[in-house]
Amino acid sequence: MKILVPVKRVLDYNVKARVKADGTGVDLANVKMSMNPFDEIALEEAIRIKENGKAEEIIAVSIGVQQNQETLRTALAMGADRAILVVATDDVHNDIEPLTVANILAAITIKEGPDLILCGKQAIDNDFNATAQMLSAKLKWSQATFASEIDVEKDKIRVTREVDGGLQTIDAKIPAVVSVDLRLNEPRYASLPNIMKAKRKPLEEISPADLGVEISQRLKVIKTKEPDSREAGLILENIDQLVEKIQENVGG
Amino acid sequence: MKILVLAEINDGELAEDQTSKTVSAATSLGKVDVLCASNSCTDASKKIASMENVEKVFVIEDDIFSQSLAESYSETLIDTVSSYSHVFAPSSSFGKNILPRIGGVLDAMVISDVSKIISSDTFERPIYAGNAIQTVQSIDKVKLVSVRTSNFDSVPLTGSADIEKIECATNNTYTTFVENKIQTSDRPELTSAKVVVSGGRGVGSKENFEIIEGLADKLGAAVGASRAAVDSGFAPNDWQVGQTGKVVAPDLYVAVGISGAIQHLAGMKDSKVIVAINKDEEAPIFQVADFGLVDDLFKAVPEIEKKI
Ligand SMILES: Cc1cc2nc3c(=O)[nH]c(=O)nc-3n(C[C@H](O)[C@H](O)[C@H](O)COP(=O)(O)OP(=O)(O)OC[C@H]3O[C@@H](n4cnc5c(N)ncnc54)[C@H](O)[C@@H]3O)c2cc1C
Repeated sequence: MKILVPVKRVLDYNVKARVKADGTGVDLANVKMSMNPFDEIALEEAIRIKENGKAEEIIAVSIGVQQNQETLRTALAMGADRAILVVATDDVHNDIEPLTVANILAAITIKEGPDLILCGKQAIDNDFNATAQMLSAKLKWSQATFASEIDVEKDKIRVTREVDGGLQTIDAKIPAVVSVDLRLNEPRYASLPNIMKAKRKPLEEISPADLGVEISQRLKVIKTKEPDSREAGLILENIDQLVEKIQENVGG
Repeated sequence: MKILVLAEINDGELAEDQTSKTVSAATSLGKVDVLCASNSCTDASKKIASMENVEKVFVIEDDIFSQSLAESYSETLIDTVSSYSHVFAPSSSFGKNILPRIGGVLDAMVISDVSKIISSDTFERPIYAGNAIQTVQSIDKVKLVSVRTSNFDSVPLTGSADIEKIECATNNTYTTFVENKIQTSDRPELTSAKVVVSGGRGVGSKENFEIIEGLADKLGAAVGASRAAVDSGFAPNDWQVGQTGKVVAPDLYVAVGISGAIQHLAGMKDSKVIVAINKDEEAPIFQVADFGLVDDLFKAVPEIEKKI
């Protein structure tokens, strides 16, 4: 089995997003960028499936700017076998929409022939939570979102999903697109020898045009602003004051 | 303009709060039709027919819809859905699963987690865990909108829409349902509760979480948790509040032993009043709390429960 894992380069989750003064978006110049945490979990799962002898090859794909190379090197150091970089823009502020990402990934899928695609459930920058679902629709494949447990069987994959009411388990026929949630696993750190080895693993660079995909933008950004901020309130002296405040605001 | 709302019905049971608030968001643009697809829709469709500004309720009953699998909807309902200019669904795990798949089939973007409707093509939505709010304008023929329901009020039950059964060929050759592990509880639902008491890593264990639950029950509140508390097994996954959990906006949110990471704040900072109990006076949660108490939770929470 071949597994495809798309990985996005995003503002590091520990860094607070700052809105650009001109309101066009969030400032990404000279800030720490990392692999989207959900994609790390997807990649970790792919590596574990391979380590369990159920997959032969893992291909990591990143779509965005040239610097996404770094993210792919990290993926290779973690355990991906090879990487494909789709250079879709030269401005890091130009976020490629999930629909276009799905089109690009669908084209790569047709070329590479994976049986399983593991995606993060959402990118922590645009928070769309849409790529996996759109991709599975485009490919006419099975869809299993928000996975917290994955069991690859012969021609199907059993997925436990985190849903609002609790957990739902489904069987998805392979080929399938699975989007992963936080509790699926804890991603490994790349070891130094593996970081060195990753430098020699193949990283292919292509453009959307090579795949016959056009970059489209369906949502025009009108403006981006800071949220209404909350003021820090009062630190109370004792429990009785707190009890009073709670009582004032219950059913109030 | 023709607007459709996908009602959230799980195994015959209407998610009333989510659906009502989605109808409320959609009706800010005009009258709406609502589509009920489940194994049984009798109760759900009656309730929806009474929601204000609902013009027509379409009902399709088939076992294939009972577990809300995305393919069941996208493969069978596309013709119905694509005759509308707008399709709204709650941005719950139900809506987030189904709506983008419909987008993939129709080649339309989904506008996720909409917190404000500016006009028929322009919407506001939080990005970066709510650290920025973006206004976007859609050029798609069909606007697919998932609604952040905590930002909208429920609609009054003053309507009397027609209910019409529809038929269509149903098919899902992709996924099959195995089992559900759904918690049932007498407590109010987390996303619609007026009061929420949440515990974090500071609570320390599953057993200790009873302290949180005790205070919640005394206040008639729902119980929430941070990701750290869920990951550590103190609380079930469906209690998680935050960027990747549920978004809540109760009248009162009590955060106990929670540090206040941005990903947690993303799920609760629109609460009317926030109370924080934490032994670390530097904890970032105090920067958003209206009232804070610097104290050991094991001492403070039982005493608060006793005094209320
Ligand atoms: C992609 C991504 C998504 C995420 N999504 C979410 C999400 O949806 N929701 C979420 O909550 N988190 C989320 N997180 C995790 C988030 O970053 C934090 O790690 C998490 O919220 C921390 O939980 P906590 O506050 O319970 O734990 P900690 O940060 O460890 O805080 C524990 C607090 O308890 C206090 N404490 C300890 N003992 C006591 C005591 N006896 N009395 C009083 N106070 C005490 C401590 O002072 C401390 O402030 C996400 C992270 C990532 C990377």
